[in-house]
Amino acid sequence: MSLRQSVPQSVPWIAGAALIALPFVHREPYHLHILILILIWSFAYTSWSMMGRFGLVSLGHGGFMGVGAYVTALLWNHLGVSPWLGIPIAMAAAAILAVIVAYPCFRFRITGHYFVLVTLALSGIVLQVITATRDYTGGSLGYTPDRTKGSHLLALQFDDKVTWYLIALGIWALGLVIWRWVDGSMDRYALEAISEDEDAAAAAGVNVTKEKLKITVISALMTSLAGALYCQYQMFISPDTVSGISVSLQMVFAVIVGGLYVALGPTVGAVITILLAEVLRIGFGTRAVGWDNLVYGVLLVVFIIFLPKGILGSILARLKTLRSSWGMR
Amino acid sequence: MMDIFDIYLLEAVVNGILLGGVLALLALGLNLIFGVIDVTWICYAELVMIGMYGMYYLVQYFGLSYFVAAPLTILLVAGLGALLHLLVIAPLLSAPPINQLLATGGVLFVLQSFATVAFGIDFRNLGIRLPVLQFAEMHFSYSRLLAFGVALIGMVLVYLFMKRTFVGTAIRAISQDRQIMALMGVDTRRIYLITSALGGALAGLASCLLVLQYDIHPFVGLSFGPITFLICVLGGLGNFVGGFVAAFVFAEIISLGGLFSDLEWGYVLAFAFFIVMMFIRPAGLLARRS
Repeated sequence: MSLRQSVPQSVPWIAGAALIALPFVHREPYHLHILILILIWSFAYTSWSMMGRFGLVSLGHGGFMGVGAYVTALLWNHLGVSPWLGIPIAMAAAAILAVIVAYPCFRFRITGHYFVLVTLALSGIVLQVITATRDYTGGSLGYTPDRTKGSHLLALQFDDKVTWYLIALGIWALGLVIWRWVDGSMDRYALEAISEDEDAAAAAGVNVTKEKLKITVISALMTSLAGALYCQYQMFISPDTVSGISVSLQMVFAVIVGGLYVALGPTVGAVITILLAEVLRIGFGTRAVGWDNLVYGVLLVVFIIFLPKGILGSILARLKTLRSSWGMR
Repeated sequence: MMDIFDIYLLEAVVNGILLGGVLALLALGLNLIFGVIDVTWICYAELVMIGMYGMYYLVQYFGLSYFVAAPLTILLVAGLGALLHLLVIAPLLSAPPINQLLATGGVLFVLQSFATVAFGIDFRNLGIRLPVLQFAEMHFSYSRLLAFGVALIGMVLVYLFMKRTFVGTAIRAISQDRQIMALMGVDTRRIYLITSALGGALAGLASCLLVLQYDIHPFVGLSFGPITFLICVLGGLGNFVGGFVAAFVFAEIISLGGLFSDLEWGYVLAFAFFIVMMFIRPAGLLARRS
C-alpha cells in the first residue's frame, strides 16, 4: 500500500477549502502578507524542483525569475502593456532564454558540474544586464511598476490582500497540479531514467535532449510567472531580490530543506525559510541584515550533509517504513 | 581621429591581457580542486573576498606593510580552503557530486552574510594607490601590471610544485585516476587536504592582487566569480592549459567590450560568446573533437 493511497481522497479537498476560507475568517494584513509571500515563493520553489528532482540542478532560475519580473514591469511602464499580456510575453522570453542556454547544454551533453556552472553564469549575467541597462531598469536601485490610473483589474494591481491571497493560492495550486501532471506522465519515467543513466536511457529509445528541454521550458515558464506575480504584488523589484545567484541559491536551499522529491516539499521549504527570515527580522530588527542568510547558509550545508531528503521527505520516508513494518505483523 | 582610436584599442588589448593574468590564476585554483577532488567550489570567489578583507584589516588596522600582510593573507585563505574541505567536502565525498556543489553554495551564503554581519556593507579600499605608467600615450596602472606579473609567477610556482615534488606528482596522479592511487599507497585524504589548501592559497594570492584594483565589499566576489566559472567550463573543467587560454580570451572580450560600452556589457558579450562556443566546442576550447 503506497502512502498516497493511504491518505483519504477527501483530505486535499478539505485542506483546499480551508485555505480558501481562511482570509474571510482571519483578515490580519500582516499574516496575510506572509502567507501570500509563502505561496508565491512556494510556487517558485516548486518550479525549480520540477527540474531539480530529475537531477537537473540549475542555478539559473534567478535569471528566469528576473526576466519574468522585469519584462512584465518594463512593458507596463514604458509601453503601457497590461500585465495580462505582459506576463505571457515575459514567460515566453524566459522560455526562449532557457532554450538558448539549455539546448546546447543538453545537445552536447553538458551535465553535472558543467550544467550547474553554465546556469550559474546565466543568473549572474541576467543580473549584469539588469544593472547595465540602468537607464530603463533603475539598475541596482530597483524598479517600481507605475500605479494604475485606470482599471485595477487591467493593471493587475490590487490594494486588498484577500484578492492577492486568492490569486497566490490559485497559482500555488496550479504548481501542484503541474507537479501531479508531470508525476503521472510518461515523461517522468523518461526523465528518471535519464537522471539514472543517460546512455542507457538513450539506448532504450528515450529522446534525451527533447525530454530535458521539455521539463526545462516548463520550469522556466513557471519560474518567470512567479517572478511576474512577485513584482505585481510587491510593486517593487530590485536585481538582488528577483535575480542573480543568491536568489537561485535561495531556491535550492528552500527545496533541499523542505524535500526535493515530494510535491509539498518546496512548500514546506518556503514556510520554513520565510518564517525564519521574519522571525530573525522581528527579533533583530535592522541588525538582522545578513543574519538570515548566514543561518540559511549554515542550515543548507548541515541539511545536505545530514538530511539530504529534506524535512518533509524524511518524515514521509520514516512514516513509510513505520507503515510497512506495521503491515508485516 | 583614427590614431586616437587605435591607441585606445591597443590600451584595451593590453589591459585585457593584464586582467587575464588574475583570471587565469583563479581558474587554475578551481581547476586544480576540480581535477583532483572532483568538486567545484561555488564559493571560490567568496574566499577571495574574505582574503581581501584580510588584507584590508591587516594593512589598515594592524598597520602592517603590504608585503608582510600578503603572505599572512595567503596563509589565512589557504587555511580556509583546508577548513572548507574538512568541514564540508570530506563528509560528502561519497554523496552525489551535486550535493557537494550545493553545499559549497551554502558556504557562499555563509561567507557573504558573514562579511555583511562582521564588516558591514560599506565599500572599503586599501588606501594604496599605485601610480599609472605612461607608455607611448597609453596608460597602464601599476596595480594591474603587478597583478599580471605576480599571477604569472604564482602559476609557474604551482607548475614547478606539481612537476618537481613528490606531493605534486601524487596530486597529478590522483587527478588521472582517483581509485588506483589509494591502492598505490598514497594517502588520498592528505592529498585532498593539501590540494584544498593550495587552491585556497591561490585564492589568497588573487585577493592580494585584486585588493589593489577593486573596492572591498561583501558582494565583490560576484564581479569575478561567474566569469571564472565560465572560463573553467570553456577551458574544460580540470584542464589547466585550457583554463589558462580561456582566461585570456575572456579577459580580452571583457576589456574590448568595455571599450565600446559599459563594463557590464563586456560581461554580457563574454556570455554570448560562451554560448556560441558551447555549440562549436562543447567539451572545452582545447578538447579534441570525438
